[in-house]
Amino acid sequence: MALTKEEVQHVAKLARLELSEDEVDKYTVQLNAILEYARKLEALDTTNVPPTAHAFPLQNVMREDKVTASMAQEKVVSNAPDEEDGFFKVPRIV
Amino acid sequence: MRDFDFEIVMGLEVHAELHTKSKIFCGCTTEFGGEQNTHVCPVCLGLPGVLPVLNEKVADYAMKAGLALNCKIASFSKFDRKNYFYPDLPKAYQISQFDLPIASGGYIDIEIEGKKKRIGITRVHMEEDAGKLVHGGGSLAYAGYSLADYNRTGVPLIEIVSEPDIRSIEEAIAYLDLLKAILEYTEVSDCKMEQGSLRCDANVSLRPWGQKELGTKTELKNMNSFKALQKALEYEIERQAEVLREGGKIIQETRMWDENKGETISLRSKEEAHDYRYFPDPDLPPIIISEEWVERIRQTLPELPQARQIRLVESYGLPSYDASVITGSKAMADYFDQACSAYGIALPAGQSTDDKGKERAKQISNYMMGELSRRLNASDQGYQDSPITPENLVELLTLIEGGTISGKIAKTVFDEMFESGKKPKQIVEEKGLVQISDEGAIAAVVSEVVAKNPQVVADFKAGKDKAVGFFVGQVMKATRGKANPGLVNKLLMEELKKQ
Amino acid sequence: MKLYSKRAHELHELLVSKQVSAVELVNDVAARLEDVEPKVLAFVSQRIEDAKAEAARVDDKIASGETIGPLEGIPMAIKDNMCTEGIPTTCSSKMLHNFVPPYSATVVRKLNEAGAIMLGKVNMDEFAMGSSCENSWQEGTRNPWRLERVPGGSSGGSAASVAAGQAIFSLGSDTGGSIRQPAAFCGVVGLKPTYGSVSRYGLIAFASSLDQIGPFSRDVRDCAQVMNVIAGHDPLDSTSAPIDRPDYTSFLNKSIKGWRIGVPKEYFGEGIDAEVEEVLRKAMKTLESLGAELVECSLPHTEYALPCYYIIAPAEASSNLARYDGVRYGFRTEDAEDLISMFSKTRSEGFGEEVKRRIMLGTYALSSGYYDAYYLKALKVRTLIKQDFDRAFEKFDVLLSPTTPTVAFTCGDRLENPLQMYQSDICTLSVNLAGIPAISINAGFADGLPIGLQFMGKPFEEGRLLQISHAFEEATGCHSQMAPLKGGCEG
Ligand SMILES: [Mg+2]
Ligand SMILES: [Zn+2]
Repeated sequence: MALTKEEVQHVAKLARLELSEDEVDKYTVQLNAILEYARKLEALDTTNVPPTAHAFPLQNVMREDKVTASMAQEKVVSNAPDEEDGFFKVPRIV
Repeated sequence: MRDFDFEIVMGLEVHAELHTKSKIFCGCTTEFGGEQNTHVCPVCLGLPGVLPVLNEKVADYAMKAGLALNCKIASFSKFDRKNYFYPDLPKAYQISQFDLPIASGGYIDIEIEGKKKRIGITRVHMEEDAGKLVHGGGSLAYAGYSLADYNRTGVPLIEIVSEPDIRSIEEAIAYLDLLKAILEYTEVSDCKMEQGSLRCDANVSLRPWGQKELGTKTELKNMNSFKALQKALEYEIERQAEVLREGGKIIQETRMWDENKGETISLRSKEEAHDYRYFPDPDLPPIIISEEWVERIRQTLPELPQARQIRLVESYGLPSYDASVITGSKAMADYFDQACSAYGIALPAGQSTDDKGKERAKQISNYMMGELSRRLNASDQGYQDSPITPENLVELLTLIEGGTISGKIAKTVFDEMFESGKKPKQIVEEKGLVQISDEGAIAAVVSEVVAKNPQVVADFKAGKDKAVGFFVGQVMKATRGKANPGLVNKLLMEELKKQ
Repeated sequence: MKLYSKRAHELHELLVSKQVSAVELVNDVAARLEDVEPKVLAFVSQRIEDAKAEAARVDDKIASGETIGPLEGIPMAIKDNMCTEGIPTTCSSKMLHNFVPPYSATVVRKLNEAGAIMLGKVNMDEFAMGSSCENSWQEGTRNPWRLERVPGGSSGGSAASVAAGQAIFSLGSDTGGSIRQPAAFCGVVGLKPTYGSVSRYGLIAFASSLDQIGPFSRDVRDCAQVMNVIAGHDPLDSTSAPIDRPDYTSFLNKSIKGWRIGVPKEYFGEGIDAEVEEVLRKAMKTLESLGAELVECSLPHTEYALPCYYIIAPAEASSNLARYDGVRYGFRTEDAEDLISMFSKTRSEGFGEEVKRRIMLGTYALSSGYYDAYYLKALKVRTLIKQDFDRAFEKFDVLLSPTTPTVAFTCGDRLENPLQMYQSDICTLSVNLAGIPAISINAGFADGLPIGLQFMGKPFEEGRLLQISHAFEEATGCHSQMAPLKGGCEG
């Protein structure tokens, strides 16, 4: 079940990371080493074990449907790398 | 559809914005519009470090919709993250529900030409809406850049997924129509398609008649009106049929309906298909739904469209066509019921009114389905903001019923009511439109008119029926339409006989 | 008067009795900060002038006869992954080098309200991913005990600044040991509270189901004082426990006579340095002399904690760090042709190597076809690890272990081998997976380098951890030493 370079590239694409050839090589080796180690888990029988997604079993944490103040527009876009007229500006999509 | 060479198989995915005051995970307003990026806070902007807290009304409304769609409500439900990159999605994941939606396994029964058909509801789940992109340079395809506005980001949505039970465009439209009515009746969504608070995607595939396996489907997006749904489905079905007839293969892909071009365009193909990497959102504890909670919500369910339609037929003797049009929108149905109350003919469900009541109900229905709907449509208004209140409409009907005004005058009064919102009695008084039922007064006018037109009297005597109409017209003209038409007829015949 | 070497509770007495003013105190600690910063490199940004102005306001308050709180006027440092309104918050990443949050984290707001004075934001491994504080966009922080060594990580700046006297206390965050491991390496007290005890609102997420904020201090009493301010329910954090915060100082100066302390054998196996074990054995003797009973026990799934952690944490991180796309804040690449290239170039140029490695790992573990084998499996193993602790706490008041298998390692030593770097968290990871509280205090030294002792407790029993730590500290006096700032580092 070793991870191939192609898979590493596919994962990079999913994660929106552009990797150099060197990085692909390096990550292929390193990720395989970590995953190999992670496969230790296969040894455990977890057939009837429920998964734990939260450390503590809280439930139904909700707030009232009440409107609170929003931010001023200039504050919203204050960190924007590119901005126009109170909008966030991004390069062409296609 | 047997005349078509393929069987059409469709399922609809409908997104409805919930009618809450604040967003699903923060306190920003859900109000439509607003200047760009002014309904935004650190949470819905997805700033580093922020955390979501669920709006309790969202769970209530999703459950209410689920119950109205005959779904089972989950006893354990949770939120998951759907991961994908797009500039309208500030966290690069949408908080949604994956394997444990709040409601599932329901159905609704649509009616096509009097025949019932059941469409399965696979699931109803809660999620957050994304922001909006404005494309500099017009459409997505030709834009040099795009601009992001996050006012809509985090507005609560329910996604309602149907089973692939839909077999024709008529069924698709009927399904969406009924679904929309149910969501309006339950008041979980305002369903304003023009504001994007109800949006529809469709999965469409074709297969040769008799074949069991489903054909390859395409997912159609961006159909944001009934007209768009109709046109997009027509286009896509024909596109697929042509490909299949020529021996080609349908590619599994997402296609977008382009309203301007009138065609569906491929957005992305299967090999690029998303791997959303769903996993339970660690920031949101699960929702455990007790029987009591479900019951509490069930108690808030209103009478739903189909039950109401049956009641209108049974209680008021309305033709089922009238009843289905009136109950097609909650506002219209509410208007009708209010009018019945004002007219003193309202009844609890299960009882039916007498003939007099039925006549009155039909009068209300006639006005609503005719003139009032026409005027409202023309001015782009709904029944909820009709300038003519149900009480005023009934007052008008009472004036006609009591002979105070003629049907003809009523038209004038109605127009004035619609323009000014005034009460009909006031209009009738101000304009002096009260019907003249004084025999002496009418008789005087009749004899004057007859005396002035000996030639027409001669025609009458020669057996020309038209002559009567002429005299009636003349009397009405002289009385500015206020003469009681029954009396005019009676007195005119008496006068002519004397000649 | 070397005010910088004192504890918050001592300084509070000096302020209240007007022997020292808050301005004098801030000046003294700021001078120390400036003096040693070229060696320690703990700070990412400083705000000394603002701090002095705040101190003057505390002095006004004292002068007008108002009472002040225990942390009022006390200089502190905040890890640079906690949002501070109007003050840059970078996560020691190029990705956020220019990010100025328009809001403050709940802990920051609470400390502000308590009158503590922030001198600056401190260094960390980028996005809290690392165990040495070397994965920083800035230069790596050094260990004040010996400058060629790492301070530990990821909260390396938080630990080093307190050990070096650049702040009286600090906040760090702990996802797999990021408070306790650097606390051990730097010889200070570091507490990782129960998951849900301290609000995460405003803490820039690494792995949301594991992250928890906690204090660094030079003694246990200060740790309790800081917890009194930062702990408690927060309606802005859905995972915040809806329970009343106790007065943590009420657990101090209490005997631990008759306590049963479990010593999990898995934490003393191979991989633990002999010198660490020796100091630990001595510490156990001390605890026995205080009337506690030490009993060997087992947490059988301990060996699975590391692989389990290195699936769950990167998976959550891959999603948490997806928002850094160059659209709304932070770094954006200069040469984007279209949206897709803007996304991927921004992320490739903005993130460092370790962050990218973990994003890749986590993305893979969640991707279609691998979710069940890796992620779901890890969540199930997490249940087993949690159950180990539940069982142990049926019998024991607290559990004891070393905090780290070794003393602080040398800069650069483990950078090329991620797995080896991950091993330095072997004693701390399980605690995060189980969500329980744990504290690291100094237990002694080997060759002049501090060695940490870890106590692990039942959920929401931070008080007990403070009680036993305080008893130990009182008995040994280990806490009273100041780091010497010796040696040098070429790296
Ligand atoms: Mg959806
Ligand atoms: Zn908001």
